[in-house]
Amino acid sequence: MFAYIVRRVLYAIPILIGVNLITFTLFFVVNTPDDMARMHLGTKRVTAEAISKWKLERGYDKPLLWNTTATGSAKLTSTIFFERSMRLFRFDFGAAEDGRDIAREIRGRMLPSFALALPVFLVGLAVNISFALMLAFFRATYLDTWGVVFCVAMMSVSTLFYIIGGQYLISKLWHLVPISGYARGPDALRFLVLPVIIGIVSGFGTSARLYRTLFLEEMSKDYVRTAKAKGLAERVVMFRHVLRNAMIPILTGVVVVLPALFFGSLITESFFGIPGLGSYTIDAIQAQDFAVVRAMVFIGSVLYILGLLATDLSYTLVDPRVRFQ
Amino acid sequence: MRLMFPVALVLALSACGEVWNDPYPAATRGENILFTAFVQRPKHLDPVQSYTEDEGQFTQQIYEPPLQYHYLKEPYTLVPLTADGMPTLRWLEAKGDAGREGAAGGTQSVYEIRIRPGILYQPHPAFARDAAGTFAYHDLSRARIDSLRSPYALALRGTRELVADDYIYQIKRLAHPRLHSPIFSLMEQYIVGLDAFAKRLDSANAELVKRRGAEAWLDLREFPLEGVERVDAYTFRIRLKAPYPQFLFWLAMPFFAPMPWEAERFFQQPGMAAQNLTLDWWPIGTGPYMLIENDPNARMVLVRNPNFRGEPYPSEGAPGDAAAGLLADAGRPMPFIGQVIFSLEKEGIPYWNKFLQGYYDFSGISSDNFDQAVRVAVEGEATLTPEMRERGIELRTSVAATIIYLGANALDPVVGGESNAAARTRARLLRQALAIAIDWEEYLSIFANGRGEVAHSPLTPGIFGYRAGRAGINRITHEWRNGAARRRSLSAAQALLAKAGYPDGRDARSGEPLVLYLDTVGRGPGDKPRFDWWRKQFATLGIQLEIRETDWNRFQEKIRKGSQQLFILGWNADYPDPENLMFLLHGPQGRARGQGENAANYRNPEFDALFGRMKNIPNSPERAQLIDQMVAIYQRDAPWIGGFHPKDFMLFHSWLGNVKPNNMARNNLKYLKMDPVRREALREAWNQPVLWPLGLIALALLVTILPALASYRRRERKVARPPRRVDAA
Amino acid sequence: MPLLPVFLPTDVLLWLLVIAAVGYGIYCARRPHLAQPWSRVFRSPGAVVAGVLLGCYLLIGLADSLHFRARLEQASASGQAAYAPEVLSLLDVALARLRAGTERSYSAPLATRAFVREMVEQPDGTTRRGFPRLRQGGAHLEDESQWTEDIARRALLGLACGAALWLLLLWSIRPLMRRAPAVPWRAGLITVGVLLALSGPVVVLAGGYHVLGTDKVGQDVLLLSLKSVRTSLVIGTLTTLVILPFGITFGVVAGYFRGWVDDVIQYVYTTLNSIPGVLLIAAAVLMMQVYVDSHPDLFPTAAQRADLRLLFLCIILGVTSWTGLTRLLRGETLKLAELEYVQAAHAFGVSHGRVLSRHLVPNLMHIVVISVAIDFSTLVLTEAVLSYIGVGVDPTTVSFGTMINGARLEMSREPIVWWSLSAAFVFMFTLVLSANLLADAVRDAFDPRVRIGVA
Repeated sequence: MFAYIVRRVLYAIPILIGVNLITFTLFFVVNTPDDMARMHLGTKRVTAEAISKWKLERGYDKPLLWNTTATGSAKLTSTIFFERSMRLFRFDFGAAEDGRDIAREIRGRMLPSFALALPVFLVGLAVNISFALMLAFFRATYLDTWGVVFCVAMMSVSTLFYIIGGQYLISKLWHLVPISGYARGPDALRFLVLPVIIGIVSGFGTSARLYRTLFLEEMSKDYVRTAKAKGLAERVVMFRHVLRNAMIPILTGVVVVLPALFFGSLITESFFGIPGLGSYTIDAIQAQDFAVVRAMVFIGSVLYILGLLATDLSYTLVDPRVRFQ
Repeated sequence: MRLMFPVALVLALSACGEVWNDPYPAATRGENILFTAFVQRPKHLDPVQSYTEDEGQFTQQIYEPPLQYHYLKEPYTLVPLTADGMPTLRWLEAKGDAGREGAAGGTQSVYEIRIRPGILYQPHPAFARDAAGTFAYHDLSRARIDSLRSPYALALRGTRELVADDYIYQIKRLAHPRLHSPIFSLMEQYIVGLDAFAKRLDSANAELVKRRGAEAWLDLREFPLEGVERVDAYTFRIRLKAPYPQFLFWLAMPFFAPMPWEAERFFQQPGMAAQNLTLDWWPIGTGPYMLIENDPNARMVLVRNPNFRGEPYPSEGAPGDAAAGLLADAGRPMPFIGQVIFSLEKEGIPYWNKFLQGYYDFSGISSDNFDQAVRVAVEGEATLTPEMRERGIELRTSVAATIIYLGANALDPVVGGESNAAARTRARLLRQALAIAIDWEEYLSIFANGRGEVAHSPLTPGIFGYRAGRAGINRITHEWRNGAARRRSLSAAQALLAKAGYPDGRDARSGEPLVLYLDTVGRGPGDKPRFDWWRKQFATLGIQLEIRETDWNRFQEKIRKGSQQLFILGWNADYPDPENLMFLLHGPQGRARGQGENAANYRNPEFDALFGRMKNIPNSPERAQLIDQMVAIYQRDAPWIGGFHPKDFMLFHSWLGNVKPNNMARNNLKYLKMDPVRREALREAWNQPVLWPLGLIALALLVTILPALASYRRRERKVARPPRRVDAA
Repeated sequence: MPLLPVFLPTDVLLWLLVIAAVGYGIYCARRPHLAQPWSRVFRSPGAVVAGVLLGCYLLIGLADSLHFRARLEQASASGQAAYAPEVLSLLDVALARLRAGTERSYSAPLATRAFVREMVEQPDGTTRRGFPRLRQGGAHLEDESQWTEDIARRALLGLACGAALWLLLLWSIRPLMRRAPAVPWRAGLITVGVLLALSGPVVVLAGGYHVLGTDKVGQDVLLLSLKSVRTSLVIGTLTTLVILPFGITFGVVAGYFRGWVDDVIQYVYTTLNSIPGVLLIAAAVLMMQVYVDSHPDLFPTAAQRADLRLLFLCIILGVTSWTGLTRLLRGETLKLAELEYVQAAHAFGVSHGRVLSRHLVPNLMHIVVISVAIDFSTLVLTEAVLSYIGVGVDPTTVSFGTMINGARLEMSREPIVWWSLSAAFVFMFTLVLSANLLADAVRDAFDPRVRIGVA
């Protein structure tokens, strides 16, 4: 198993290089170093000297990918791409274009992101599973039919409407929670209630319907019929067998998103002014801060790969028949 | 579940008088704290680098340049801040040190500034000395620095008196090789010896970095700067190469605020920068407030500087100020408010709603951000609705020294027509027709809620040379009727258009419809209404408008190359002088030709000659007359197809006093006062939680679940019925 | 010629797609094993209701996809015909009244006066702040007290017309109903009836009022809602055009050949997948902007530029979302390739190409059909979010995302401007809901076990 994990980690390296290359290309086609300099030097009284000085200080005066003036391996290493991307593998993110340390910024923003994402994930999972279980329990009744219709209707509403409507009703009209913002410590609770509810509601339709399907599949299996035939109460069958067995596909399905919880939710965070990683990324795109975007893409990719690995591992834990190849 | 409704009821009763949506910690309630917002994280707080108003709202409360703008007087008036009086001006005949005293208008001008003795810096560890009298924190260990989060975490604080050397040190910093001062290249043209000084610093810096690493402190005291001279501990002189009357205005900006060398020495210790311990994060000043918390992702906190000298509140103001109660505090020592909490609020809607709920004490969007990509667009009107008036919200506006204009690129063959006289005339007539047809009054009423004034000339109200009323209107586009300026009718525009050779918007020669192109910065889908409006305006003349929206960089690139046709830009005057607005049309400063600020690339020798004469003379009837001539040329040539001056506005709650928007005086926080008790009471009254919806939701859940429970009971009672197959749908 | 047809790329592709869909329908109809699941789809009442609604949206979208430039009336001196630079669509012509009837700014649904106070010039030349009468909405009323009566009269007239049309329809499809009794005609007819009962009064009322009010610059919200439909349809359908070739080729090839081919394809899609989607899309959209800006002569009109951006957005969305289908098809191909009939084909020396095209791909088509149906609604929702954060369609393109973005600011006005957001909500919700219902029916009919488009 250890060898398997090592191999997977090694396999991640070419993927991360590919990711870096793609983001690098996309952003530098859009933004030449000159553009970045202008963006950061502001709008008034910007001279050509100031721009070249800015570029020189940050090493953007070098060629992008291939340095023809250098010799030997420096042809490859004395370039913007190599100098800026390769150190990411040491988790050395450097400074943002405005001079602030990215790693420090990320450390400070991880907690708010996580404080939002984790409740959405856990409470959401609990709510979705209970609702799905209820539908499965009352299958083929009016409750089931309308429950499914309800799910489909919920998933047909754009997230934007949930956010706009939620903010309008709960914060503006009913004064129940602050409209936006964040505070550190236990005070954060007041700010998180609404985004968490909205996060749960917007993911509810899709997941609850899927889980209902999984429960129904499980219930149509022979052992359930046998159990019922033995005269076990429906309640017992549902909780002891169906729920427990259907949890396997549900849990292995959600493991992949676990690491990504750190990454936060891009839109919710910027709507509610939560200083997490998601809003950091959006701001960086808007400010065209390439150093931050590159770091965030890198972290996002690492988390995704971790998620894949965790999924594979969880399969073997759940089902010993699956072997590592 | 069945318990929920009563529980909600109990909660509702017990919660009376308690607000749930207060975004601030409970400890701040009832305190003398001002709550306001910042919309963008400041990039620079170092006075040498910071330029935008977003940054100015912090730096100007902390740093004190020699001069400031009077808070109340109209038009803008400079008054001393740390200076003992207004700077004195002398003229020198010849160049060099041995220059003899000369008459006014000589080749060099010397400003002598005397600062008040006895002004103290805020308490700061950079000044702290230990028992032996040496600086306590100038040689901190690396481990200590690595664990430091804020300079104020260091226990000892010190202060010292402000001296002339601190101002000189800051002027030298303008040329600092490791800092980018946006005004360096401008000052280089004026301050004697600044260019040579910068070169010397560059080489000294390179050597120092080689020897002692990139973080080593470059002590600017060791390098003399020719044009700046220390007379005594409180007096210094600045020598300028050329006459530059506008220089006084620069002396009111933080670029010329004092910088103690101890501060640079303190923050230049190796390892500090990595902890964000820099002058860019932690300002040190003599002003009324000091920044003690800097968390640009959440909040910035200013507290009263205990060492502040207690500047008195002004005792005279503009007419009407006394009636408005703005002079009630005359002579009382400022500042009045103990603490200012700035919260990050990037989106306009929460900003506006929190203001209405009483959680921000005032709301006002500066006109600063019109050309950068900024998402804040407060839709809530700046007009008082009856509901707002009932809450005691007040509105004060003042026209900003800003112009937003629709420019026509003179290099373009259709709207500029520089190639020959006939083309020039055609293009001018076309521009005039457009200037009539584009209804800026409607634009202001739709997009700015009437917060603005249609521009009849580049000059804004409050600037010398501006003419109000009948004398000031643009006679090409407007006429005076019933005591007000009225836009000329569309038929006048159509006639001009036909004269230009485009009857009904079609080229008389080829029959092809006229298509014009507008380049603008896309700020996202929120632009759509504006674009639709633009198209509607051009369509009234039968002209098809194609809007090319692009991002900021691409837009700038086009302007730089001069490849745009029509474009929208704005300019915030740096200082209230006609030179700083008229230079936007000065030929030699054309953007495509000379990388200047004249983005329309307008070039008219007559105008340029007048500008050259107007620029360097003091305000006088002669100057006013020159300006009138320039305005007349502008109106005839219509290099810009109109524009407007946005209004700064401030909506504020009844508990806030001494509020007057002033586009130039950004150090306004020291003047404000407030009544925290009243605020507390009103906040509570306005924010009572509404609980019945929660009860309703609980009830709805109950109603859906009860029948299900009933059917479950029924099913439980049935015994071992045959299993039914259910499709997994 | 009085018109100069303009062929925007998305128009052409959309119509090609329609033709392809019709072709596929005919192809299916001739093959019972394909016709059967489809007939199963249309035996579900939900699918029929959804089908009717989607059909209406499709009609609107297609009418909005026939573009032309009208000829200008007077001929020029040289006698050459000149055409208006503005590109119109068939829908624009049909809604010419709504297009022309703009107001100054906001007005509430069916209002006769503006929503915001303005300076109104009085007959004696003085000005006063008040709510001026609208230029179009209710302009035919001499006295505003006739408003209630006029509205009621128009609504009743509309209802009557709707009812008449419905009866006509009922009569004309009777023979069809008798031929296919299994189809739930009743559900379909009720849907059509409800639609007619709603649209009849709307059509008549729109002749004199802004039925859904006007937006910030006085454009009719009903017009904007209808124009948004095309954008959603284009995004929802054309993106699949990009997904399908990538998804099918890579998925099948990876699953069939395995080995290094599989490794390379897996590498590519893991890499693409691991970049957060929004970032990738934002960067690509910005890149396209740069290209358009540096080649202004290639795209002379705003319509073309906006259209190109729309097309490009489809391509970008396609490139970022083919990975899901690929993974699904790869897994299925792995299974199928082990089956006896494929092994037998190998034994007989049948070429790889033939095995793929004859034995594998046809047996995977049901997965493709289901995923297309499910992707549609996801893409419509994605478009709104992307446009909302500014990396979606061109700001000049009307879409639900741009409508919501504009409407969000209106929510903080006092009094609140609710109609733009509500209109966007209703139109978008109906579209996505019917797409979801249809997708459900399709999945149930083709393969209830396939789990696509879920977390």
